[in-house]
Amino acid sequence: MKPGEELAPKRKEPVTKVQLVRYAGASGDYNLIHTDDETARAVGLDGVIAHGMLSMGFLGEYVAAIAGPKRVRRLTVRFAAMVRPGERLTCRGLVREVSENRATLEVWAENEQGEKVTTGEAEVEL
Amino acid sequence: MTLDRSLVGATSEPQTFEVEKGAILKLAAAIGDPHPDYREGAAAPPTFPTSFRMTVPGLSEVDPARFLHAGQEYAYERPLRAGDRITCVARIADVYEKEGRLGTMTFVVAEIEGRDDDGAHVFTGRSTMIVR
Repeated sequence: MKPGEELAPKRKEPVTKVQLVRYAGASGDYNLIHTDDETARAVGLDGVIAHGMLSMGFLGEYVAAIAGPKRVRRLTVRFAAMVRPGERLTCRGLVREVSENRATLEVWAENEQGEKVTTGEAEVEL
Repeated sequence: MTLDRSLVGATSEPQTFEVEKGAILKLAAAIGDPHPDYREGAAAPPTFPTSFRMTVPGLSEVDPARFLHAGQEYAYERPLRAGDRITCVARIADVYEKEGRLGTMTFVVAEIEGRDDDGAHVFTGRSTMIVR
């Protein structure tokens, strides 16, 4: 790994409503704006939106595939835009810094319009 | 209860969570993450502590539909694995207001710290939420 190096992108399958129900169950986040269109509309959305944590989960998968899950020391993200069922995200990243045994990666998930929906940084052991 | 700076420092009771292999697999499957380490429970996805649902003082009374998750961090001293018993304490680290496009928004930062049965620090989580 060298600073500036681009990481191979990982294209995820489109987000589905069933996935949001499964994610709600697995994470314990039962906020109905992720699983019930009526609740989502009542708060001004046009339908359910994905859990931000699901897109962070995609980035967790991305960095764990690169470094190994046991070597992920930190993952920090900012949720920049909403993700709706049917959208397909691609995880991308760049190497920021490399020390003797650590690397800092800039990572993000973008939608098919190229909009960065979740941006973040990871620190991994080498 | 209103969400203001008087909440900063409010701390939850400790809560203990067992890291079950089945729970690791369910979260990995929902994400679509096939890493083989999860099958053995040798590690958990980096976002696993999201399943440690804590009652954060002052926030449990607020309708969850009013919260917008703005940011999240997980930092590890060591990886989580199946069989761990993790005792977590949540605390309100910050409350602040910021002018945005839609007027004044309230931000709440909650921190959760997890320790294993030996008392060793395992992870820290930091959530930033916007309250609408």
